[in-house]
This record gives sequence, C-alpha cells and structure tokens, in this order.
Amino acid sequence: MKIRKITEKLAESVLFSSSTVTTVAVLFIIYFLFKSGIGLFNVSPLEDGYTLGIHRKNPVKELKSKQIKDIFNGDITNWKDVGGKDMDIVLFTLDELQSAYTEEQLGADFENIPACINDYVSKNEGVFAFFESRYIDTNFSGSRIDVSNVSLSEFLNGREWYPTSAPVAQFGVLPLILGTLLVSFMAILFAIPIGLITAIYMAEIASDRMRNVMKPVIELLAGIPSIVYGFFGLVVLVPTIQKVFNLPVGETALAGSIILAIMALPTIITIAEDSIRSTPVSLKEASLALGASHWQSLSRVVLPYAKSGIMAAFILGIGRAIGETMAVLMVTGNAAIMPSSILEPVRTIPATIAGELGEAPFGGTHFKALFALGIILFVITFIFNSLVELLKSKK
Amino acid sequence: MILALVISILIPAMTNAQKVVCKVKGSDTCLPLSQKFAEVYNKNNAGSGISVVGGGSGVGIAALLSSTTDIAQSSRKMKMDEKMKLQDAGKAVKETIIAYDALAVIVNSSNPVSQLTREQLEGIFTGKISNWKQVGGPDMKIIVYSRETSSGTYEFFKEHVLNKKNFAASALLMAATGAVVQSVSQTKGAIGYVGLAYLEKDIKALKVSYDKGKTYVAPNVDNAKNKTYPITRPLYYYYVTASESKFKSFISFILSKEGQNIVLAEGYVPLS
Repeated sequence: MKIRKITEKLAESVLFSSSTVTTVAVLFIIYFLFKSGIGLFNVSPLEDGYTLGIHRKNPVKELKSKQIKDIFNGDITNWKDVGGKDMDIVLFTLDELQSAYTEEQLGADFENIPACINDYVSKNEGVFAFFESRYIDTNFSGSRIDVSNVSLSEFLNGREWYPTSAPVAQFGVLPLILGTLLVSFMAILFAIPIGLITAIYMAEIASDRMRNVMKPVIELLAGIPSIVYGFFGLVVLVPTIQKVFNLPVGETALAGSIILAIMALPTIITIAEDSIRSTPVSLKEASLALGASHWQSLSRVVLPYAKSGIMAAFILGIGRAIGETMAVLMVTGNAAIMPSSILEPVRTIPATIAGELGEAPFGGTHFKALFALGIILFVITFIFNSLVELLKSKK
Repeated sequence: MILALVISILIPAMTNAQKVVCKVKGSDTCLPLSQKFAEVYNKNNAGSGISVVGGGSGVGIAALLSSTTDIAQSSRKMKMDEKMKLQDAGKAVKETIIAYDALAVIVNSSNPVSQLTREQLEGIFTGKISNWKQVGGPDMKIIVYSRETSSGTYEFFKEHVLNKKNFAASALLMAATGAVVQSVSQTKGAIGYVGLAYLEKDIKALKVSYDKGKTYVAPNVDNAKNKTYPITRPLYYYYVTASESKFKSFISFILSKEGQNIVLAEGYVPLS
C-alpha cells in the first residue's frame, strides 16, 4: 500500500517536473528572443565604432539613416538636398586616404592617419567623411553627424531592407511582413479546402483498400525534408509558373504558397481525418435511422462533432506554413520589395532570418534586427492562434 | 553554401586523426581550392596533416588574430582596421596571393545581348536600367539575381562593379551560387554573377568593358591570367610572419607548378 503511494507520488513529480521544464524552456526562449530583439531600438544604425564627420562650417547637424544611405549611394549629391548649403558632397572613406596621401605621409605604422583625416576634412568644405572612431584626431576640426537610433515606426514602416549597407544599415521590415502574410495566407487558401475535402473523402467515402494506399502516401509527405520540397519547387514549379502565366520571372509568392500548401497538407489531412473518424458510430447511425441521407448526416452530424479536431488540424497546418523557412527561401526569389501581386518575388521573415543570421556578427545591430524580426513572427503566430481559439469558443 | 558547410564539418573530422601540422581557415570561395591543396599535400607528405575550414574571410582573419588558425584564407584584401588590430596584437602578417578568381556576368542562353559596359552593369544591378532594350537587347524585363547580402562575392561585386552603390531592392537574393546558375538558366530575362568555375552550357557569360565600351573582354582563364578581364580578384593566404617556417613547404608547394596546376584544374586562375 505504502509502496504504491510512493510510486504514485514519484510518477506525479516526474510528470510535474517534465512539464515545468518544458514551460520554463519555452519561456526562456521567448525571453531570449525579446531581449535580443528589443536591443535593436537602443542602437544607432551607424556601423559600430565608426564616425561620420563633416566640415566645421557645414550647418547640417543630424541626418536620417535613409538620407545617409542616399548620399553614399550617389542619389543625393548636394548638401542643399539635406538642409545644408548649395555645395557638392565630397565622400571620403579610408580607401580615399590611401590615394590622397602617400605611405610616408600616413606613417610606417599608420600613426599619422588621424592627422591626415583631420587635414582632409579641414580642406574640403563639402566633405562627408566616414571613418573609424579611433582615428579621430585629438584636435579634430570638423563636426560630427549624429544618426538617430532605429525607431519602432521606422522599423515597422520602413520599406528598405539593406542590413549590411555601409555606413548606415536600413532596417525597414514592412515588405518582409507583407511578404510573409501574403505567402502564408495564400498557402492557407490552397491547403484548407483541399485538406478538408481529402480528409472527408478518406474518412467517409473511400473504400478500405483505397484508404490503405492513400493514407501512408500522404503521411510519407510529412517526412520529406523541406529542402527537398524547395528544390522540387525551384526546378519544377518555378519554370511551370513562369510558362503558364507568361511571367518574366518564376520565383514568386505563388510558388512559395503552393509549396507551403503541399507541406501543410499531410498535417491537416491526418489530424482532420482522425477526428472525423472518431465520431461515435452511434451518432451517425442515429442520424441515418432518422432518414437523413449520407451527405446530410455528414454535414449536420459528423462534421460539427469533429469541428474542434478539424480546427486543431488547421492551426497546426498553418503554424507549419508561417514558420517554414528552407523551401520558401528557395522558391520566392527573396527580393525585399513591397508585394503588389502574388505573381511577383517576395521575401519572407523566416527566409530572411535563415539567410542572414549565420553571417551576422554576434550581438551586432544586424543580429538584433533579425531577432526583432523573430518577435514579429512570434506576434503574428500568437495573434493567429488566439483568433482561432476565440472562434472555437464562440461557436 | 550548404555543400561548403557540410564539407567544412567533414574535413576537420577526417583530418583530426592525423598529426595536425597546420590549420587553414576562412573564405568559402577559397575552400575547395585549399582542400585540394591539403589533400594532395597530405598524400605526398606522410605524417603531415593540414586541415581546412571555411566560415568566411572575416572569420578566418579574426581567427588569425585570436591565434586559432595558422593561415587565414581570404577572398578580399585585409581591411585596414584588421591590419591595425593585428598590429596592435604585435603580429606582423605576411600576405601571399595563391590564385585568382574571376567573376563572370551571366545571362540566359537565349539572350542576344553578349556584351555590356561597367556603367551598364551598374545601371542594371542598381535598378536604373530595367529593360533589355535599353542596352540593345529585346523588349524584355531584366531580372537581377544576386547572392545573399552576407556573402563575400556580394561584397566584391558591389565594390568593384557597382562602385559601392546598393543593389536594387527588387534583386532576387539566392542562397547559393548553384541556385543563381539554375535560375538564370531557366529565366529568359535574367542576369547574375558567378565564379568562373561555375560557368556551364546552359548559361551565357557576357563580355564586359571597363573603358566605356572601347574594348570588351570575355571572362575566361586566359584573360583573367593576363589581367585584361577586369572583374578579377586575388585569393590570399595571410599568416603571422614569425610562424612561417612551420608551413613554409606547404606554401611553396602551392606556388609551385604542381600547385598551380591544381588551381587550373579546380577552375580558378593560376598566378602565371
């Protein structure tokens, strides 16, 4: 008697601790995600350890990161376009230093670099210099340009994603958010009807032989690595879409959503079918006995009974679609532009994180921006799941 | 990229068993070449073990700074601040060019355009030129393919062809060079850039001109060797001068005729 009690207690504590560990691990990951991501808004998009300097007489004090990008890109060439005097902008980086001064002037151990930079900046009134902060001369004659921190609205409303652009990176995620929503939404649109129809067919209509063939085949789909789907998409689906719609380029949001729909199908079909089949036979028989046809009992009795299971199937399938990375990375073209139709390339959030996190300097601005993207993805999924829960509880 | 990753995991595992003589780390562009060097050298010199790891040029140079590698392989010249950091750490560094790599601009094989100037390339890749008819081709939209922003090839192309301007936002960013080749071969209006070693029948390499259209040069090993092809970059080995004696014979093997034949066989451009 006593031993049984102890075993029960022991089992209880094992159950308790494993679920606690899981919850804590999930919370820890969320904490890590938010901690790394929110750090983005405390840093300047200016490359770490670098300074932007201008001539002392130049009235410009502060520039937006987009203006700086346009200047270094050659799109803005006159100071009057950014609120200064009417004079040409002379760009200056360490590379120009090597052509403007001889090795001797720079010094054998480059000890004269600060003096040379100072010299160059003081001689050119239109100069816009970009150099490492440690080369600032003790009596630097120019003034420094401040770059404001990345703001939340800039981040969410920005339309340009150039995370490695020098001297200032551009972190505008709007095209990425819209790209993710577009691809996922289209995938859901394809996957849910097809998944539901197939599940109903397999559970209610298909003969046992047919079912025994179809079910394993569909379940097999779930075991294929996503990179295989991606490659299939790139060499088969992409050229087909290009031909069918007569497009200049086949890597489109449509290709991504079709691949995602195919990947979400096994989850949706398997779970939906199981829940349809778990409807008690007595319910169905009662419906048939009352004179309802097969279709009537299916739509009025069986499906309403299996509703919550079908909903769960949708949520799990959609979850897979929104977070899927590799396959989408390969077929959507990854151009960070505002999507205007499903027949254009898009860049999704998971593809961006996967493509860039490996090379982003640990703890740097780019790294933090990618975690901030992770937060956005988390919030999207969270909102979506809550919506479905809400719908479920209302009905 | 994925292949390189797999290889970079496998190679050290394979060579760990042998007595490690020296470690080469860095650029993924140099990776296949360094691996071949190491493979042949290890085979010919019993008891020696040279291990090669990828990770990117920046990673290799950082490893040289922290003394976790003997040789840093790099597809770009050491940056000034990297030089300063090594100098601050009291390490005099020696630079050796082991081979050259040329980037070819490629288009779909059905595209009648066969040559472009640097200015035209800049316009196309920054999005200012968007139709092939603007550069003498058919009325067809230009689809720009590029590598991911973090790749060294992306940086090199941006610096030497685009004059440090940013790529067009509409450029399609591919995760691997193989994907660029695949997409360009199946997209009529496509343009992209890949290393010389990746050229094949299904795609067409363009002649380029860096003197405003006076002379156009085709990307091939000969033109890269005699320096007439402009989009060429040296591949470097960097190492601390003080420890040079440790692997001097390996370096001289690379620079020897036998070593440079490997360079040619692997699709890179030999030194002479």
